[in-house]
Amino acid sequence: MSALPPALAGIVEDFAALEESQRLELLLEFSDALPELPPRFADHPELLEQVAECQSPIFLALEVDPEGERAVHLFFSAPPEAPTTRGFASVLHEGLDGAPAQAVLDVPDDMPHLLGLTRAITPLRMRGMSGMLVRIKRQVREALAAGTA
Amino acid sequence: MSIATDPHPKFAAYAHPERLVSTGWLAAHLGEPGLVVVESDEDILLYETGHIPGAVKIDWHTDLNDEVTRDYVDGAGFARLMSAKGITRDSTVVIYGDKSNWWAAYALWVFTLFGHRDVRLLDGGRDKWVAEGRELTRAKPAPAATDYPVVERDDASIRAFLPDVLKHLGKPLIDVRSPEEYTGERTHMPAYPEEGALRGGHIPTAASVPWARAAAEDGTFRERAELEAIYRDGAGLAEGDDVIAYCRIGERSSHTWFVLTHLLGFGNVRNYDGSWTEWGNAVRVPIAKGAERGEAPAVPAR
Repeated sequence: MSALPPALAGIVEDFAALEESQRLELLLEFSDALPELPPRFADHPELLEQVAECQSPIFLALEVDPEGERAVHLFFSAPPEAPTTRGFASVLHEGLDGAPAQAVLDVPDDMPHLLGLTRAITPLRMRGMSGMLVRIKRQVREALAAGTA
Repeated sequence: MSIATDPHPKFAAYAHPERLVSTGWLAAHLGEPGLVVVESDEDILLYETGHIPGAVKIDWHTDLNDEVTRDYVDGAGFARLMSAKGITRDSTVVIYGDKSNWWAAYALWVFTLFGHRDVRLLDGGRDKWVAEGRELTRAKPAPAATDYPVVERDDASIRAFLPDVLKHLGKPLIDVRSPEEYTGERTHMPAYPEEGALRGGHIPTAASVPWARAAAEDGTFRERAELEAIYRDGAGLAEGDDVIAYCRIGERSSHTWFVLTHLLGFGNVRNYDGSWTEWGNAVRVPIAKGAERGEAPAVPAR
């Protein structure tokens, strides 16, 4: 857990402190809180990448600051009828948005398992969340590479 | 004492019209004593985002499956679940859910394993209720515990295991997965991630009838005549046939099991819940690849 950015580490602690049924309630709160896409993405869905590992349609995009600690900004789009997927996306948004690129890259790929939902949520869905994280990290690497080329 | 059935004219043509209710019927009967509404979805949080007022949630994964063995809960477990949800042995249970009632049909099939008598589906499921702008709430009911009897699960009548399927080869089998899964091009649903089958293809002789063909655009079941055309004319099923349906883990084939049993009136239909995640991993069972049904082996493989 040492490698998690502070905001994400705080979320993991919040989940860990709860009973399983309350964890699902918390995931629902995250799902409700997922921000809308800003117009520059909402009007240009082609800029978003689909997370194929997820059972429900979810799209993501990110921007990396050109200088400084190269903070990462995340954008997600998922329909309300897919609350579990939205909830996972929202956890990653709140936990990683604004974090330095290197801190995002240092998040362990199995981070979703730290939320304590592996009994309630099928392995298929857990893989979907890991898929989101892996794609975020790949896009960050690509953005960094493009910036230094 | 059961609640009156829905006299909707579309249902009257089905073999067992009492197994379906319309959204209008349900809206009019909400709160009636003896009626319990159950939501069963693929997405474990969907119920929490808003459900039909008074509905309780039953989750296929955490409530109906045994936590350790790949099996369903036993009679004691089912009785505990029913008690917690305020369901008595005499309750009229109406189940609805997402994805054209996949998981709702799966839950109904599990209720049937325990012989719960009056269990119905909401035609069109959750999506239709929502599309019609009907009331949803986040308020969770707190039903009083009931005294539901411990009933032994009957795995013989409507459930098939792998050895049953091997013995069945030569009799009608319906593969309800997507065409790509049937041919062996892939081992999971389109847009779903790879989910653990070592071999692709289908059980030899199985007819391919993707489950969704039984559903109309709005998620309701197709009318009787359309269903007859799909399953009798198309797949070649005939009166009196002994049929086994399967998919990947048994959820989509529950939907087809419901159609064949309750809408078309086939009296001997079993759901092979092991389905492709068992068959596609089993050693030395026959598999056919491609669009052709394939031949039943002359001698069973084991």
